[in-house]
Amino acid sequence: MTPDAQTQPVVDGVFADDPARLLGARCELCEQTSFPRLDGCPYCGSETITPVELSDHGALWGWTTVLHAPPGYLGSVPYGFGIVELPEGVRVVTRLAVPEDWWSFGQPMHLGTAEVGVDPDGVVLTTWEFSP
Amino acid sequence: MSTTNRVPVDVIGIGLHPFGRFEDRTVTEMGVAAVRAALHDAGIDSSDRPGFQAAFCGTAYSGVAAGHKVLGALARTGMPIVDVEAGCASGGAALMLAASAIRAGQYDTVLVFGMEKMPRGIIRSSFFEPWREHAGLAATPAYFALRAQRLMRERGLTKEHLAQVVVKNRSHGVLNPDAMYQSETSVDAVLATRVVCEPLHLHMLCSPNEGAAAVVLRRGTGSSGAVRLEAAVLRSHLPGSVLGEATPLAGIDDSDITPPSTLAADAAYAEAGIGPEDVDVVECQDTDAARELLGWEELGLCVPGDQARILASGDANLGGARPINPSGGLLSKGEPLGASALGQVVELVRQLRSTAGARQVHGARVALAHTVGRGANASVTILTH
Ligand SMILES: [Zn+2]
Repeated sequence: MTPDAQTQPVVDGVFADDPARLLGARCELCEQTSFPRLDGCPYCGSETITPVELSDHGALWGWTTVLHAPPGYLGSVPYGFGIVELPEGVRVVTRLAVPEDWWSFGQPMHLGTAEVGVDPDGVVLTTWEFSP
Repeated sequence: MSTTNRVPVDVIGIGLHPFGRFEDRTVTEMGVAAVRAALHDAGIDSSDRPGFQAAFCGTAYSGVAAGHKVLGALARTGMPIVDVEAGCASGGAALMLAASAIRAGQYDTVLVFGMEKMPRGIIRSSFFEPWREHAGLAATPAYFALRAQRLMRERGLTKEHLAQVVVKNRSHGVLNPDAMYQSETSVDAVLATRVVCEPLHLHMLCSPNEGAAAVVLRRGTGSSGAVRLEAAVLRSHLPGSVLGEATPLAGIDDSDITPPSTLAADAAYAEAGIGPEDVDVVECQDTDAARELLGWEELGLCVPGDQARILASGDANLGGARPINPSGGLLSKGEPLGASALGQVVELVRQLRSTAGARQVHGARVALAHTVGRGANASVTILTH
């Protein structure tokens, strides 16, 4: 999808939308999956990696709620924050979409995208997030 | 106590500017106060100039050539002055460089100092890319909260246990005139402070603040009577951990990944020729209450899962078997990043000299200091007397 002029991903090359996918890499040498995609493997240093789209679902591994806007944050509070473990064995730090009392360890989570906020140029920024 | 024939290094002077908020003082002024006190304590007077052959300054937020400004104000320049940034371990990194240079025979006397004037509120860090800030992924307390939640789940700990760490450290801080908070608290009072990020309440997190600390190291003689620096070790993280202070965006199963604090502790114990069972008193990184409890096991001071029992026993309290954070820890003192590791060393030298006053750990002969923070960086320092 080509975003219109007023809506852009908060960062290029880290996630895709429609459908939502995290853009990672798989190492040919140590076989670990990494995220975000770098030009080498952050676990063994190998330069032989294959770009992959990561699974769009996983299990909740940790969660909290951010109540006060951290430095540079463009969105509203509160918002969910946690770690989701994907079937590839990689644990991803992520925003979470729903209130804390819905969450439990191992709960199935699905990937989506959401608007974060508006940058100083009036552009609506989007990011990925997981929800139950 | 060392098992090798290394060049011995003594701590011959210590100095501290109290930790707190000082609206009318610059970071340079605080650094000057700490260095002046350390030089005086070392017996290096104004006629003995410059008095040391090199200086290492730990700081993260003080700007370009911050150490030079301090020593310029003291008219003690001309030697190499190196500013060192290693996050919360900046002072530990400076200490490592100084001790290594003395052991290598490069210098006889080296000044080590650290100072900071932290911005208020959640610390903004150039560590995070702007897009991570925009998306809300640079929420430092949230990373602490996730680590606390995991530790609680894996070690059978509750929020009450986290509050007990705060109660312990604040009860020590009451006795420390250099601490920011010098008042007792209770489990109920800690849990009544607002939630910052579940499970962490406001008083379970240390306050970034201001202060400075300094030590003077000298090549030791056989039995100088001074406190001896047995080991000053710095380590960084190994790849893979999602919950470590490297704060990556992703990690893998980290059950087999040795954390940087353990890497540093193991190396420091080996260098000093001792084990954790020999340590009498500890200053341990308590950025948040759960961070201290994790540190206990990372440093080999407790069996994983034994934290609740130790808290209940009082062993880690002043008067207990092995007091941890007798200074009150960062939870009482606050955390001026570049000064915090050397502030620990100042406290432990006082303990080993038996000049710690009301918070003296009686008979302390072996002391260990630990910091860990962004990078990730971890430092472990072992002192004996
Ligand atoms: Zn690899």
